[in-house]
Amino acid sequence: MSDDHVYMTLAEGHEDDTRWAYGTGFEDPLHGVDTTVPEGVDPAELAAECVALADDALVSAQRLAEWTTRAPELEEEVALANIGLDLLGQARLLYSRAGQADGTDRSEDAYAYFRDAGDFRNVRLAELPCGDFAFSIVRMLLLSSWRLARFQRLTAHADPVLAAIATKGVKELAYHRQYAAEWAVRLGDGTPESHRRMRTALEKAAPYLGELFTACDVREEVVADLRQVTAAAGLPMPVYRPLSGSGRHGEHTEHLAPLLAELQSVARAHPEAAW
Amino acid sequence: MVTTLLDARHARHIAEQVPDPELPMLTLADLGVLRGVDLTDDGTVVATLTPTYSGCPAMAEMRADVAARLRDAGYAHVEIRTALDPPWSSDWITQEGRRKLADHGIAPPGAAPRHGTAPVPLVLSPTRHTVPCPRCGSADTEETSRFAATSCKALWRCRACREPFEYVKEI
Repeated sequence: MSDDHVYMTLAEGHEDDTRWAYGTGFEDPLHGVDTTVPEGVDPAELAAECVALADDALVSAQRLAEWTTRAPELEEEVALANIGLDLLGQARLLYSRAGQADGTDRSEDAYAYFRDAGDFRNVRLAELPCGDFAFSIVRMLLLSSWRLARFQRLTAHADPVLAAIATKGVKELAYHRQYAAEWAVRLGDGTPESHRRMRTALEKAAPYLGELFTACDVREEVVADLRQVTAAAGLPMPVYRPLSGSGRHGEHTEHLAPLLAELQSVARAHPEAAW
Repeated sequence: MVTTLLDARHARHIAEQVPDPELPMLTLADLGVLRGVDLTDDGTVVATLTPTYSGCPAMAEMRADVAARLRDAGYAHVEIRTALDPPWSSDWITQEGRRKLADHGIAPPGAAPRHGTAPVPLVLSPTRHTVPCPRCGSADTEETSRFAATSCKALWRCRACREPFEYVKEI
């Protein structure tokens, strides 16, 4: 069987227009999942938890997508886009779970496209502009290290849907952290210029770390990862004074609103559109 | 009762033959994403699928394809369910699936890492990880990018025959 033939099988038509270009009719990423919230789980708390984790992922995915056509190498562009896609997938599942849990039955689109910056609960580190490649790598290292440790705890959550989303995410996040850590070592241990940029990036990102450690303390895991990477990269551990305020309470930098304006522009211009 | 059993088996057979939208040399059964096909008492076919990656854009397409093929085969009532737990693992790709991947120049995955509740170790030292070239069989290969055209694949190249090839990642 030739490759040409095998890919041609995908072009076989169905009478009911189920090809991608026409939409599939399966918009809900939790389609056909038992969505009962178990007894003993506070639905509002569950929804808030899902929204915060989804907002981190959505905002990160949007920043990663900004690297498309601008990354240093084609392979890195593909990597950043793939990591963004994993995070977008996690965001979709988490938004859907939030909408079922909080009783509003809101869709993933309602959360992603029809909330304003003050309603977002992502950490501010996720929304900062991409900066140079070094900053994007440092940010990915910190956020993926935190998210991996957080998701590992969530695999034991009393809500089976959130636990399952987390179990799946752990596998993906291990790849993200590995990618960021390897680049951090390569750049930190690279040329004087790449080393200088990594130091600057670490100093810029570090004050936002405090915000990650407020709700659920996985500080130990994140600091251990950071120690390991900085030691291998010949970089100093950053010393920082945590910033006041928190994206988890809806307090954001001036960078989130323009990011959302771009992300939400099509959905808001055509609110009834389906794709 | 006999009819029901046969129908369930037939429905399963139909669903198993649906090609994967991104790796069409594999059926959904080869890939291990088809978790079950059952026939309820009222004649509804219930097919259960599990996503490979959270962001896999092919998931909606898979659901639509399975539903369409079953309807084409005469099953009027089809229900598609999503199973998130346990999460898909590349270990679930069948032997037949691995053979088909290799036949099409895609290196099949090795054994997937097991993630328990202990922190996932971060390994920074170079690891000896050999992926034989699916074209010439040489073990003299190297990774060029851990991320490739689809979520589930990495990009490698063979130093012996100089050909680049894709490799399905362990997850």
